[in-house]
Amino acid sequence: MINLTEVYETNKMIEKQNLDVRTITMGISLLDCKDEDLQRLNEKVYKRITTAAKDLVKVGEDISKEYGIPIVNKRISVTPIAMIGNGVCKTPEDFVTLAHTLDKAATDVGVNLIGGYSALVSKGMTKADEMLIASIPQALKETERVCSSVNVGSTKTGINMDAVRMIGSMIKETAELTKERDSIGCMKFVVFCNAPDDNPFMAGAFHGVTEADEIINVGVSGPGVVKSALEEVRGESFEVLCETIKKTAFKVTRVGQLVAKEASERLGVPFGIVDLSLAPTPAVGDSVADILCEIGLEYAGAPGTTAALALLNDQVKKGGVMASSYVGGLSGAFIPVSEDQGMIDAVEAGALTIEKLEAMTCVCSVGLDMIAIPGDTSASTISGIIADEMAIGMVNQKTTAVRIIPAVGKKVGDKVEFGGLFGYAPIMPVNPFSCEAFISRKGRIPAPIHSFKN
Amino acid sequence: MKKSIITVVGKDTVGIIAKVCTYLAEQKINILDISQTIVDGYFNMMMIVDTAAAPVEHSVLADALKSLGEEIGVTINCQNEEIFDMMHRI
Repeated sequence: MINLTEVYETNKMIEKQNLDVRTITMGISLLDCKDEDLQRLNEKVYKRITTAAKDLVKVGEDISKEYGIPIVNKRISVTPIAMIGNGVCKTPEDFVTLAHTLDKAATDVGVNLIGGYSALVSKGMTKADEMLIASIPQALKETERVCSSVNVGSTKTGINMDAVRMIGSMIKETAELTKERDSIGCMKFVVFCNAPDDNPFMAGAFHGVTEADEIINVGVSGPGVVKSALEEVRGESFEVLCETIKKTAFKVTRVGQLVAKEASERLGVPFGIVDLSLAPTPAVGDSVADILCEIGLEYAGAPGTTAALALLNDQVKKGGVMASSYVGGLSGAFIPVSEDQGMIDAVEAGALTIEKLEAMTCVCSVGLDMIAIPGDTSASTISGIIADEMAIGMVNQKTTAVRIIPAVGKKVGDKVEFGGLFGYAPIMPVNPFSCEAFISRKGRIPAPIHSFKN
Repeated sequence: MKKSIITVVGKDTVGIIAKVCTYLAEQKINILDISQTIVDGYFNMMMIVDTAAAPVEHSVLADALKSLGEEIGVTINCQNEEIFDMMHRI
């Protein structure tokens, strides 16, 4: 029988160490909504989402109360919209009508974000893909809850450099259109290499075409729990350190598994995966950077950071895998800058640079995340940063991503404020040398040799 | 049988157990086990209860116990036992 110590430990994790379930994300396929009339398509999409997800928020709240575990977000991901609008949308503005429909559906069912305003163009772009990418700045400006992503590369296909070039300019345009709000539109867009079909986390969630009609994916969190557990073993060997992370990750993931199973049963929707990512928030004590410090670094970014992060990420997976029947999504430690107070402190102290963050993304998910850079950074430099990150993903057969905010009118030393879970970010310096000629080349980077396994 | 764990934590005062148990009896909730200690004047109690016969949903119980706790000046949580089982048992 459960004893007082165990109950106390669980409740301490929840109350003092910010243990929570970060998101229950319902994936909804929109493939059955296809229509040759744009208005009818919009109506079908709205009806499909509001029918499938009508109980999502209530079920999330009920589970939260019954088990006493906060479930921070209830969200929806849909089939990449470039596929749904293909054929019927004749202009980028036609695609924007679908963004409005997603926004309205999300508002009406009460979810805070909806992902899937997306295109998958790792090898080539259809006309619809190009139009969707062109429509993203307007869509993100005019909607509140819609999140957008584009997959521009994979280990199997290489990197679509035409898309990378387009996205550099598109990100600049998004920043410009939302400049009166610290270029907030860029926060809702992420560019991927090897994007997973079942990621529950925003802004990159979409419901992949390999998925069923509906699915429940859950993202857990708990950097604070890992940090607190490590405080107990300060100065011990790597063996003790790793065992402690593993055991803690197991416990955290079990909560995610329980919530996923319950949500799946109550909604009558199959359980997809639990995503094992350690996802920080700006709240004090909910930081991945603080774990790195607890492992023994003065600041995240100090020499040893990549090794410490590699160790952390691997042990979280080893502990988490046994705790859940299906693991998927991104599953790795997130290292966003603005959403993690420890990362912000490291940047402000001069310990952490974009180059070091890039190195860190080689050993964990997901990539250069929530990084604010000067507003006068050129489109080709942004494309260059994206290309570097995509190359890391392609060669290492892992997911990488870039969510970068060229904050209009801001320079190094300034800050941008996003509010709430998104926090604030100091503007980070960018390498000033040009990659214009490289980015201007047409075509794609071929798939790496180790992708040919057949 | 539908097991839940009720925890009561706060400054010790007269009648905490009485008030909690009265409410549980009204809701036809059977108490299976109680353990209780006082550490530095702070009251710590854990009850294992069966809520199968309760006429209301779990979320209503949890809310009602929470507000009862506020009245007495202690923190009361009522959680489905499964969360502890999942976390601490393989």
